[in-house]
Parts: sequence; structure tokens; C-alpha cells
Amino acid sequence: MASEKIVLTGVHDETQPIGTVLHGWVTTVDHKKLGILYILYALIFLVIGGIEATIMRIQLITPHNHFVSPHVFNRMFTMHGTTMIFFVAMPILFGFGNYLIPLMIGARDMAFPRLNAWSFWLTAFGGLLLYFSFIGGNGLYGAGTAPDVGWFAYAPLTATAFSIGHSTDFWTLGLLVSGFGSIGTAINILATIVCLRCPGMTLGKMPLLVWLNLVMAAMVLLAISPLTAAQMMLSLDRFLGAHFFDTLAGGSAVMWMHFFWIFGHPEVYVLVIPAFAFASEIIPVFSRKPIFGYPVMVAATICIGFVGFSVWAHHMFTVGMNSYANSFFTITTMAIGVPTGIKIFNWIGTMWGGKIIFKTPMLFCIAFLFQFLIAGLTGIMLSAAPFDWQLGNSYFVVAHFHYVIVGGILFTLFGAFYYWFPKMSGRMYNETLGKLHFWLFLIGFHLTFDFMHIPGLLGMPRRIYTYEPGRGRYLENLICTIGVFFQIAGTSVFVGNLLWSYRKGKAAGNDPWDAWTLEWSTSSPPVEYNFARIPVVKSRRPLWDIKHPEDPDWKYE
Amino acid sequence: MSTILSTPASMEQPWVLPSRGRVGMFFLIAAELAIFTIFVVAYLFYIGKSLTGPLPKDVLELPIFASICLLSSSLTIHAAVGALRKVKVGAFSMWWFATMVLGLIFLGETAREWYHLIFDKGLTISTNLFGTTYYSLVGLHAFHVTVGLICIAIAMVLAILGKVKQEHGERAEVFSLYWHFVDGVWIVVFTVVYVIGR
Amino acid sequence: MVREIHQNSQEPHHKRRILWVLSTTAGCLLAALPVFSNPDDPAQMPNMFKPQSTPAHEIFHLSLFVLAICAVIFVIVFSLLTYSVIKFRRRANDDGREPPPIYGSNQIELAWTVIPVLIVLVLFLATARVIHGIQQAKKPAEATEVIAIGHQFWWEFRYPALGVVTANELHVPVSNTSHPTPTFITLLSADTDHSFWVPRLAGKTDLIPNRENHMWIDPDQPGIFIGQCAQYCGTQHAKMLLRVYVDSQDDFKKWVLEQSKPAQLSESAKEGRRIFETTACINCHAVSGTVADGRFGPDLTHLMSRDTIASGAATNTPENLRLWIHDPETIKPGSLMPAMNLKQQDLDAVTAYLETLR
Repeated sequence: MASEKIVLTGVHDETQPIGTVLHGWVTTVDHKKLGILYILYALIFLVIGGIEATIMRIQLITPHNHFVSPHVFNRMFTMHGTTMIFFVAMPILFGFGNYLIPLMIGARDMAFPRLNAWSFWLTAFGGLLLYFSFIGGNGLYGAGTAPDVGWFAYAPLTATAFSIGHSTDFWTLGLLVSGFGSIGTAINILATIVCLRCPGMTLGKMPLLVWLNLVMAAMVLLAISPLTAAQMMLSLDRFLGAHFFDTLAGGSAVMWMHFFWIFGHPEVYVLVIPAFAFASEIIPVFSRKPIFGYPVMVAATICIGFVGFSVWAHHMFTVGMNSYANSFFTITTMAIGVPTGIKIFNWIGTMWGGKIIFKTPMLFCIAFLFQFLIAGLTGIMLSAAPFDWQLGNSYFVVAHFHYVIVGGILFTLFGAFYYWFPKMSGRMYNETLGKLHFWLFLIGFHLTFDFMHIPGLLGMPRRIYTYEPGRGRYLENLICTIGVFFQIAGTSVFVGNLLWSYRKGKAAGNDPWDAWTLEWSTSSPPVEYNFARIPVVKSRRPLWDIKHPEDPDWKYE
Repeated sequence: MSTILSTPASMEQPWVLPSRGRVGMFFLIAAELAIFTIFVVAYLFYIGKSLTGPLPKDVLELPIFASICLLSSSLTIHAAVGALRKVKVGAFSMWWFATMVLGLIFLGETAREWYHLIFDKGLTISTNLFGTTYYSLVGLHAFHVTVGLICIAIAMVLAILGKVKQEHGERAEVFSLYWHFVDGVWIVVFTVVYVIGR
Repeated sequence: MVREIHQNSQEPHHKRRILWVLSTTAGCLLAALPVFSNPDDPAQMPNMFKPQSTPAHEIFHLSLFVLAICAVIFVIVFSLLTYSVIKFRRRANDDGREPPPIYGSNQIELAWTVIPVLIVLVLFLATARVIHGIQQAKKPAEATEVIAIGHQFWWEFRYPALGVVTANELHVPVSNTSHPTPTFITLLSADTDHSFWVPRLAGKTDLIPNRENHMWIDPDQPGIFIGQCAQYCGTQHAKMLLRVYVDSQDDFKKWVLEQSKPAQLSESAKEGRRIFETTACINCHAVSGTVADGRFGPDLTHLMSRDTIASGAATNTPENLRLWIHDPETIKPGSLMPAMNLKQQDLDAVTAYLETLR
């Protein structure tokens, strides 16, 4: 039976010339197309960031290696970090949010469609500006240099005295520009969720993905702004001779750190909360049970949102703050482990008593649960300031945050890809290839990032282009590099699967997973206007109510 | 397979959600507030830390007149929006024009003050920490005033061309939120720079 | 609603998963062995789990406590996860009915909120004690005072009370618990951010320009302890290496005596000294008792008393010294030492001169 559809003649003409199609994509304000543009943009940069990481890992495969010079290596880790955070993770999560939120709340588009388009193109331009540095970084002379100041660009290394040429300016301006795009998207998400929910969908009846994106967007507003301010200050220093971070004029290098981490720490919650959102949608469907403890999940997320703004100086434990400040940030950081842990327990509670189906999206989410547990525990270790005095700025920290970002966020992202690919493309992906991707990537991830903790414990700092032999780190570095190739293999299978399935996959139908949120009531892919009639909902699982009219959710919630 | 959604059942109460213009502006203001907060924090942190002069107490004079103009413009814009809601387009244009003039006077006074500071007192953004934080904070605010004035000017032109109608009252009100925000920030900047910092 | 029934893919899945989990854990444990054993020379392993000074001891004990708690939490949650994934998988002979929906449970939520809060409190109290213990330690009168100044990419060490200026290799006296003679280090920076990290002696503390930081160590055994800069400071951050020589009380006194003397100038090296003092060398380097008093680069008065040059990037041999002066980019590309472009015989003479600076 076809879903209700208003037939508009001439709109879905299949034989349009390629120029018209491209023009349509470039000028679109449709949230679904913009979502896909964000996702594709991020995937391209994922590959580029991955190449940068591979170059680094090859250089580190043995001590005193000469694969790349220190100059190139330093640019690699700067660009890898900056790219992955700002041009992979944020766009891809905004992309999924853009695509899914209006569908999940029964709206036809985001609150401000043109702002949506403007935000995307601004973000895209920021990335291009950053990468232009490879050819334009030193001004008119020099072969061009990308920034090499680290992704958090500590002062005064970024001052004109220590960073000659314009490489740092590309970093600053590229991120400044894309930061405005992020603020635009955050405003859009917030306004959409507050103002465009379909009748009956009170805040307590929204899917968890929508709730978590609400908290994420609010955090973006308050977190990106400090970075924007700090980058304005840095630019004033570099271009107009201001002294914000000029230590010779009495300026404070530590102030940059404070401003950066007031952005930087909430930023990681901005990245991980949408990952939680994906898990919170996928795990219930593949356990065949509603999420355990919906109100507590919402409360825990809001708690994380607030407390997340009080922990930033745990990135600065070694800076020489006094013991009271160190103690304060220790306890706030430990405290944020409580709501995060509660979420893990609630996901376990969701699976408990269910009937778990091990399809690819669920495999990735299960791995996420194990890995996020470990990531959280290494975070607790780092939160104890004296322990951090040893582990901070070492490969232990690198292992910890990659465990969160790759083991947590990227895994749920892969799960989200497989889960919503049928909706976005109308076709099923190949399940065998999906599982192959999972196992290859799992092995690669663990080879690289499990063993990476050890050099950190053995005194290997981060951001070094080579390390001394005989300090007990050789074997682990070798294994870390081997893991990279498994990850590359897995990712290639993933990309191949998507491309092949897009053309040749089986038709997916509206609701291949027998799920319960509103996006599964639309066609796959949804028509441009999403819903023929704006739906009215009575519970958190509107499609469950329709499929089980004798036992609807709204009787029990 | 597909699922047909039920046709809308009648709701007990009408489903009313806030207007997106107002909500969007509210969140934009939140983000802007965060940016200003960082500049204010930097200003406060660096009070008394300049290694060389000139110092605030030597060169700063209270911009009373400019502040009165700017804060009054909040009242005039409020009156303008009220007039438009009551379809008094002529009154709207008058109040709107007054807002623009008051804003321009504020910017003019700022420009005069800066001219005096740069050419008579030798204070630039690169002179010392005071210069850096002063020009950046006051400048950021002045930039927001300028952007607001450009929007006001565009609306002024449209009003003169007779294209402003009552249905634009919502948009005018959303903009006026921005203008009130700019004035509110000035109160903070004034306090921090001219009262505390001196 | 069409629903696929998995045939035999459930069983192999979770069995394979268990096997994988076990083998990875075993692998991790094996690879972790180096942390706890030392096949290499122990002095070459900057291993925080072999502390040799009070701050490092305190951190080590705290770390064991934290690791223990984390291990317990890990085992519990890991078991719950594994159990639920195995026990509640959909069986091959599933009847297709949905399992009973459970929306939540207030008691359970309360339990798994209260218990973590208690754990956090315990962890915090243990941690706060160590924070205060290390950061608020009083400096005794017998403490050795050192000022460490971070440069791109080398360490300057000054002992103001003893009149010693040296570079890259820090000598401190051993301290014993009955008569403590700790070393208190003031940390400054001449350019960008650096970080002083010798894991067996203490946690790391940053050197930040326009800011004075403090740390202390009281090593209880003589020996060499290695570390390196731990805050990215530019191109050659990786080779800003650090060596702390813990000497017995007598050896330390001897070392101080030698270091505080001016340079012992030798007749044989007169030509080299002349070239040194009439070339740009003295813009950056100092040799006490001569006209050379540049402070941008390391003090060379007692260069030959050090085991390494270029902040640990090369051992202190005549060949390396010569290469360093001639073409530092081969040893440490991106360091701020310029290639001096001396003629071969001038280079030989200067090297010979430097070789006399004991």
C-alpha cells in the first residue's frame, strides 16, 4: 500500500539534464538535501583526515623514522585534528540532525531553510579556506604551508613571532567562518524543535534523538562563541598588533587556554551527544523494546549539558593552577561521569529482556557500548589531577579521546549510516558487506587504540614526530600502525557498500526495520514536502500505536 | 511496506508553539552574549596589567550623551513597533527615523572619542593591554550597532517607499529584540570600561 | 510486516565475539608487560609505575587506587553488557512477538545514580589529598633551588644560590627521608609553552612565558632519569629531551664546584677560541671568563661535562659536535641553531676549542 502522497506533476522528472540536477543541489534549501550535502562533505574530509593520520602512523612505525620531516608531521597532526573535529564530526552530525529532525517531529522543513543553506555553504567554505593553506600558507613566497600549531593552537606559539607567514591565519579564519555556519545551524535546530513540532508532540513525547540534538544545539551556541571570540582576539593580535596573548606585553598565554577549552570541552559533548542520540534510536528498535528510562535519559543529557561547561580546565591540570582550582575541576569532571554512566545503564536496561537482532547498525551500537565504557573509565583516570600530571599530554590522552571519538562517535555514526541509509536512498545496503566492515574496523580500531594507551603510560608525549629508541615503545607503536590498515580496509568496504547499494540495492520500502518514529512513515526517500498531512501523535512511539492499536504506548507512558 | 498515519483527530486544546522569528532571535542573542562575555572577561582580567601607559583614568571620559542617545533609541524603537502594530505607519516611520538618528549620534560620538584617543592621547589597539581590550570590546559593540543601523536604514527606505505594512510588525519586533540586546550590552560595556576599569 | 528471521547467524556471532574479547584482553595484557617488567635498561624507561621521588610515589599510589576502582567498574559493567547481549538475543526459533515493553524503573535509576555518586566522592577525596600534598609542600631550608627556563628547543638550568648555569642535563642531589634535601624547581619560559616531564620523578608541570610555575622532586636513589618536553613548542618539540642526574651528596658538591668555575682555557685551542669569539657564535652562546655572553643558546662553559648535545638529540662526541656546528639540520631539522658555514679548518679549530671546555 502506498503512503499518502500528493502527486505534483513534473516535479520528479527522472530525465533532467545533469546541469539542472547539480543546480538543484547547489541552490537547495531542502533540509534533506542539505543533510546529505553535509554528510558527503564530511565523508570526503574523513578520507583526507584519515590520510593525514596514516602518514603520521607510518612515520611513527619505528623510532627515528624518516618518512616525513618534522615540519610536515607537525602540519599533519594539526590538520588531522582540525579536520576531523570541524570538517568531519560536526558537519556529519549536523547533516544527520538536519535530515532527521524535521522528519521525526512531523515538520516539513527546518525553521529557517535559507539560513540552513547559508550555514552549510559557510561551513564548506571554511573547510576549503583551511585547506587552501597547503598552497597559499606562506603568502606569495614559499611553497605554501598548512598550519602546524596543533589543533588547539596554544599561544604564544601562534603569535607572529613564532608562526611566520599566514599558516596560522588560515586556521583561524577557516574556523571562524565555519563557526558562524555552526551557530546558524544551532539556531535553526533550536528554533525547529521549539516551534515546529507536530500537534501532540510535547517536549516529553519527542524522540530522544530530537531531545539530544536540542541539548547539543544549545551547547553549540554557548561553546562555539568563546572560540569565535578567542579567534577574533588572535587575529587582532596577528594583524593589528594587539596584545591579548602577547606575553611580552603582559598578555596571558593561559587565557587562550581558558577560552579555548571553554569551547573545547563542551565541543566534545556536542560531538558525543548526537552519537548518544543514534544509539538511543537504534538500540531500542533492534532490542524490540522502548528506551529504558526516557525521562532519566533526558535529565541526564541536560545535566551533561550544564556540567559540561564547568569542567574545561581539566585540560589544563599541568598549567600550574593552584590546588583549589585543580580540585574543583577534578570533582566536576568526575561528577560528569555519573549522568554519562546512567546512560550506559539505561541502554543496557533497554536491551535487557528484549530480543536483540544483530544487524549491522546494532553491531556498531553494541561495540559502542563496550568502547564507550572503556573511554569513560580512562576519562575518570585522567580526571584525577595528579594522575593527569603523568598522563596528560601523552599518548594516553590521545588513546582516550580517540576511544571516545572513533570507538564511540564513529561507531554509532556507522550504525546511523546503516540504519538510515534505506530511508535516505530507498535501498537496502548489503548486510554481509556491512558485517565485514564492522569486523575489519573493530579489529583495526582495537589494534590501534588499545595499544596506544601503553606508550602514554611509558612516558611518550603527544605531538612528537619521532621517539627515542630503547624507551619501551617500539612494539606498541608498530601495532598501532598495523591497526590503521585494517581500519582503511573496513572503511573502503563501507564506501563500496554504500555506492553499490545505492545503485543496485534491494528496494527498502518505508519501514525496513519495523521502527516506531515518524520518519519511518514517509516513503524512502521521503518526498520533498515530507508529509502529505502533518501527523498528530499521542505517544513517543507513534508508529507503535498504529501497528498495535490494541496496546498503544500512550496508555502506559 | 508502509504505514498510513491516522488522520488528525481533534485536539482538546489548540496546538500553539512560539513563533520561530522570536525564538531564533532569542538564540542568536544568546550566542552573541557568549561572545561578548569572553571579551568582557578579557577586559576585566587585564585591568591594571598594562606594562606601559596611557591608563584608563588618564584618557577616558564618560560618554554620557552618547549613552543617553543609545538607550533612548530603545524607547523609540519600542514606540515604533507599537505604532506599526496599531497600523499607524506614519508614526512608525517617525519613531523608526528617530531610532536611526539616535543610533547614528552614538556611532558619531564613538568615532569622535576614538579620534581623540588615537591622535591626541596616543592610544591604539597595539599600544598596551588597555588599548587592546578597550578597542576590541567597544569596537565589537560598535560593530553590532553598525549592523543594526544598516538593517534600520534598509527598513527606513522601505518605509519611505510605502512598502511597510501592519503584517511586518512581527519582523519589526524581532529586530527590535536585537536592538534592545545591543543597548543592553552597552550598559554592561559602559559599566566595565568606564566605571570599573577606570 | 515482513520480518527476516535469522537462521544460524546468531550462535556463531556471539561465540566469535567472546573469543575476540578474550584474545584482545590477553593481547592487551601481554603488551602491557613492558610496563611492569623491564627488558630494556631500566634507566631508559620513563615509566611512571617505577617512581623514585615523593611526588611520583604519591601519584603512583593514587593511580593504583584509581585503576582498581575503574577495574571493578569495568568488570561489573562489562559483564552486564556481555550477559545482556548473549542472553537476550533473538533466538532462531523466535515466535515474532514483541517482548514486553518496560519503560523504566525509578528504584533502579536511583540505585545506579547513588552508587556512582558515592564512588565519585571517594575518588575525589583520595585525589584531593594528593593534590594538596604535592602542591602545598613546604620548601625546607636545605632544598636545592633551580630555575628552569624553557627555550625552543633546549632547557636552561640556573642554580642562583650556587652560581651555576648549565643546559639540558639537570644535576640534583639525592635525598633521603631522614634528612630530606629536595630540589625545588621554578619553571619559566623564554618563548612558548613547554612542559617538564620526568615520569619517574614527578608529574609534568608546564613552563609558560610570563608565568612562574613551581615543582619539586626528592629522588631517593642516584641514577639518570630521562624525560622530555611534553607541551608542543614548535618544530623540534620531539627532540627537546631531558636528563636528570641524581648524584650522591658528595658527587653533587663536586659537580657544583666544577660548574661554578669559569672556563678552563687551553693554549692549544687558541685559534678555535679566536674564531669562536669573532664569529656569530657569541651572539647566542656564553663561555664564562671570556667575552662570549650570549644567552639565546645554551651556556657552553662546561660543555664537555655533558653526555649529550642538542638537548639530548645526539651524544656528545667530537664527530657529532662537528656535525652539529656544520649542519644542525641533519641532527635536529628545524632547531634554531644556524648552520655556521665555517671553512673546514675553522670548523676543526672551533670543535677542538669546544672540546677543551670541561
